[in-house]
Amino acid sequence: MVYPLWWMVMSSFKPDTMIFTEPNRLPGSLDFKNYVDGWFSSAPGFTRYYFNSFVICLGAVVGNVLACSLTAYAFARLEFPFKRVLFAIMMLTLMLPHHVVLIPQYILFVKLDWVNTYLPLIVPKFLATDAFFIFLMVQFIRKIPRELDEAAAIDGCGTFRTFITIIFPLLTPALVTTIIFTFIWTYNDFFAQLIYLTSPNSVTVPVALRAMIGESGGSYGQLLAMSVLSLVPTFVVFLIFQRRLVEGISTSGLKG
Amino acid sequence: MLLLPWFAGLIFLTAGPLLSSFYLAFTDYDMFNSPNWVGLQNFEDMFLYDPRFMTALGVTLTYVLLGVPLNLVFALGIALLLNLKVRGLGMFRAIYYLPSLLGSSVAVAVMWRQIFGGQGVMNSLLASFGFVGSNWIAHPSYALYTLVILHIWQFGSAMIVFLAGLQQIPRELYEAAEIDGAGPWSKFRRVTLPMLTPVIFFNLVLGVINSFQAFTAAYIVSGGSGGPSDATLFYTLYLYQEGFTHFRMGYASAMGWILLVIIGAFTALNFWISRRWVFYGDN
Repeated sequence: MVYPLWWMVMSSFKPDTMIFTEPNRLPGSLDFKNYVDGWFSSAPGFTRYYFNSFVICLGAVVGNVLACSLTAYAFARLEFPFKRVLFAIMMLTLMLPHHVVLIPQYILFVKLDWVNTYLPLIVPKFLATDAFFIFLMVQFIRKIPRELDEAAAIDGCGTFRTFITIIFPLLTPALVTTIIFTFIWTYNDFFAQLIYLTSPNSVTVPVALRAMIGESGGSYGQLLAMSVLSLVPTFVVFLIFQRRLVEGISTSGLKG
Repeated sequence: MLLLPWFAGLIFLTAGPLLSSFYLAFTDYDMFNSPNWVGLQNFEDMFLYDPRFMTALGVTLTYVLLGVPLNLVFALGIALLLNLKVRGLGMFRAIYYLPSLLGSSVAVAVMWRQIFGGQGVMNSLLASFGFVGSNWIAHPSYALYTLVILHIWQFGSAMIVFLAGLQQIPRELYEAAEIDGAGPWSKFRRVTLPMLTPVIFFNLVLGVINSFQAFTAAYIVSGGSGGPSDATLFYTLYLYQEGFTHFRMGYASAMGWILLVIIGAFTALNFWISRRWVFYGDN
């Protein structure tokens, strides 16, 4: 089941010649050469690529946490005209395949001169485009007793202060789920990174990995080593948040 | 209003682009010149004159129709086994889930490419049984199936949903069935399966929607070409090629809308048929 992953890890420690001629033999010793060489095999090197990936992920996480919680609060607690309609529209956006808005978004970002920056990958998150997390949080907020809101109002809190002092702290479990999945999905978002990040300096780990395949004379060992490494952040998140991940999926059917 | 960020996002990033891409679908926009209205030309081209489009449809349909059901069968099967209160359930669940978590990454696609390549592990495995394998990912007849297998390998997330569903089936139903003298297969058919149908349905709908949009694995395994001989030309990959390599933005927009229609149709179909076989148990 996990044999393919195991094979990849083991092969990354072998010299190239051994990888395909003796695929099942365990390496005699752990040779990190592929890792070191692979890291620096292209300019500016994986340090930069990981930096880019993490900055984008951080931005996306912050954006989602802030924007989706605000929006969820509005839908769950406030009354305003057309609320039902807008909620329905939000749910509809969940089912929209991204590809149908992809091209105009791209054109928009080209016109704004945002291509080859982090912006197209982060700004949408601040505009609450991930309806999934909005929905998740709305369900969560609905379970918070309104008496707490009322108590805050008696103490003189306006809508916004109620949000900050009461709702947001109580949202923590839903926020954690949001953070985890936003991180994983953003980190692995190959398509968007492929079209928006065009120069070696701005490229992220998945795109850099893909570029490594194209190298003629590139080493397979290095490619596998860098691939293994690229799986580490997701794997670490998985180890730490295992229970939370599983809960998140069981209760809402999120895809991994 | 607190809704301002979302609303702005809705207008600029969703509604606006939606209308815009609908308009573009009827033009020949290429990013450099202004768009020219061409009416239904793009759609005509797609269905009548563009063999690659039909190939992309066929490839994607095969992937969805094969991959999703098989994925669910494995997910359900393993979930049933794990539900027998096996020791180390947590560990097994984690092991089976891991591939689906890591699976959509470039790294896994790279790995898959090597494993099923000419000198890959798959072939040496087959060799130990006396079979001579070919270069699976470079073979027009087999390349797509390696991707189907990749999709099936990722049954973990559906499995977890099934496990949760299984655990919610009330024990009393099983006990009642046992009193009626039902054996394990009968219990499965009369209690487990019907009670699970909403979950199966849910996984099916999501699985179909997601599989139609598969991109990364096809791109990496085929090197972006959709080859060999367009055997792995997934719909979204073809859309990418037309829009971002050939800059046929009008055409790609049209493709985006057709994808929306196709996914919508399949989802609607799923919902419609579901009335026949999904049992909600709240009567």
